[in-house]
Amino acid sequence: MSDREGGPEGPRLISVRTMDIVVALMMLGAAAIVISDSLRLGMGWQELVGPQSGYFPFYIGLILAGASAINLLRAVFDTRGAQKTFTTKPAVLQVLAVLIPLVIYVAAVYYIGTYVASAIYMALFMWYFGKYAIWRGALVGLAVSFAFFLMFEIWFLVPLPKGPIDDPLVPIISGFLRSLGLY
Amino acid sequence: MEEIASLLSGFGVVLTPFNILLMLVGIVLGVVIGVLPGLGGANGVAILLPLTFSLAQLPGGKTSAIILLSCIYWGALFGGAITSILFNIPGEPWSVATTFDGHPMARQGRADQALTAAFTSSFVGALLAVIVITFFAPLVARFALSFDTPELFAVQFLTFASFVGVDRAPPFKTIAAMALGFALASAGFDSVTGTLRMTFGFNDLVNGFPFLVAVIGLFGIGEILRTMEQGLAFRGVHAKINPKAVIQTWGRLVRHWSTALMGSFIGCWMGIKPGGATPASFMSYGLARRFAKNPEAFGKGEIRGVVAPETAAHAAGTTALLPMLTLGIPGSPTAAVLLGGLLIWGLQPGPLLFIEQKDFVWGLIASMYLGNVVGLLIVLTCVPLFAAILRIPFSIIAPAIMILCAIGAYTANNAMFNLWMVVMFGVIGYVFVKLDYPLAPLVLALVLGDKAEEAFRQSMLKSQGSLSIFWSNWLVGIIMSLGVLLLFWPIISRAIALARGRTRVADAPT
Repeated sequence: MSDREGGPEGPRLISVRTMDIVVALMMLGAAAIVISDSLRLGMGWQELVGPQSGYFPFYIGLILAGASAINLLRAVFDTRGAQKTFTTKPAVLQVLAVLIPLVIYVAAVYYIGTYVASAIYMALFMWYFGKYAIWRGALVGLAVSFAFFLMFEIWFLVPLPKGPIDDPLVPIISGFLRSLGLY
Repeated sequence: MEEIASLLSGFGVVLTPFNILLMLVGIVLGVVIGVLPGLGGANGVAILLPLTFSLAQLPGGKTSAIILLSCIYWGALFGGAITSILFNIPGEPWSVATTFDGHPMARQGRADQALTAAFTSSFVGALLAVIVITFFAPLVARFALSFDTPELFAVQFLTFASFVGVDRAPPFKTIAAMALGFALASAGFDSVTGTLRMTFGFNDLVNGFPFLVAVIGLFGIGEILRTMEQGLAFRGVHAKINPKAVIQTWGRLVRHWSTALMGSFIGCWMGIKPGGATPASFMSYGLARRFAKNPEAFGKGEIRGVVAPETAAHAAGTTALLPMLTLGIPGSPTAAVLLGGLLIWGLQPGPLLFIEQKDFVWGLIASMYLGNVVGLLIVLTCVPLFAAILRIPFSIIAPAIMILCAIGAYTANNAMFNLWMVVMFGVIGYVFVKLDYPLAPLVLALVLGDKAEEAFRQSMLKSQGSLSIFWSNWLVGIIMSLGVLLLFWPIISRAIALARGRTRVADAPT
């Protein structure tokens, strides 16, 4: 995997040990949620019904808690993990630069629909990361959106969420394609 | 030879123009998926699975749908070899061993040989594995017909326990990942009593966490995030395969039949167990090197170093479908997604499938034979095309795959909330892989969670809440005991090593 390793160099921001501790704590939190809800549902035995709804999840919660507690302890005493880099500052920035636009894209799908949001996301991604001229990004974005439109809406008849712009456009485009006898 | 007759009827099902078209489409899509970073067999199938929902409602449509999806799987297995050899990027964990000798071969200008060897070995491994499935699966299914709920749970327990015993990840991280999968699976409607669990008043959680969304997020978005972090630049070797090279390489490959046979055997054996493809490929590579007269040639472009892992990985990837069909237990994440597909189409995987859905089962098995032949022809002839895909800049591929992941997550059950969920699973996948938390047991637990819980609760009902039911007869007892043994295997093996070490120390002075 030599071509893949390396990546952005820089001072260590988070060590593997720190991240291990954070994840173990979060898993403990998840276990607490599962156990508390199992107790609410009842984890015991009910006449005629047998095991109650919380019966199985309760023990799953216990296993999760136990395993996470051990992972937590191991991480706390993990001196080697403290030396290993989980991520560096430039790497975190790089990941956030991908993740934040993704979150905005998802939110945008709610309001302006899949096709418009996808085209914009594609264009900006290419412009920011690929240093393409914005019009080339827009062109590719529109093409990708159109390809997904053909694939989902036309061929497999799976409607995707639409917003104020693509909603009126879709019947027009599909009507046009139909008049050409393309499907 | 009832199996041969069933198989022939299966070929009758498959050999319709529509199904053959689907097979071609599936293989090509699969290779593309296997070549693209961020898309692998599991999440590629997961993204395309919702597209088959309407197809599966047609008469015979379920068979067509499984042919499409399983061919995507074969294609992805073939595609992994292309990136490993030309770009030194293993598309899937089980292609890692292929890079050891495949990429050096490509660097030396023998890319055509390496690719031909890889594809042919994959084909041989898969073919032997399909033969195993053809004759072995009906036997297993017949045997499993006698299973009652305790046996069913015992087999599921064995599956999960073997992850702890076999996986190279730290055992408690495996257990934690698995338990998280079960916990996520239990959210939403309780399938037995119909009460809502762990939704905390959020209507969006009523349907729980769909496994398709989890797979797409964990494997797809997680992978893209990791790739972006590393600032990946593809440096590949150009390759073209001409018929002469193929014939020449085949001539050389014949001499390595024993390596191929050993690889296939290891693959078939390991593939039946969950998570077996990756260890199988490493084991096969290691054994091939150990038995070689010139072990020092390995790692520098030895053709056997390609044959061994490829036969094993493909054989294992194929036999992973055996427990899925016969017992309802998937042997790999992709098999888990296929199993989830079967459930969504309204099929009940397990021994009854072989009795009630003969056309489906034998159509699938027949399509494995044909799909691998078609796959071999396609990859041998179209390598330059597929390799060209990797030369598309990542800043174009990455957003397109992100969009595809988002759309795939939405179509899993047409819920907007899935979009948030898939991003969340993407972050989990990104963090988990970097911390050695294995993803496969999480996915399997999420897919099988409801079934395992049902089997467990019904067993408990029978025994009035006593665990002794899992040792109530020899069959369930053996399976359960094996499971317990595998669960504690990391501790047992360490104890054995310690004991050996001690005797060695004792022997040392003399």
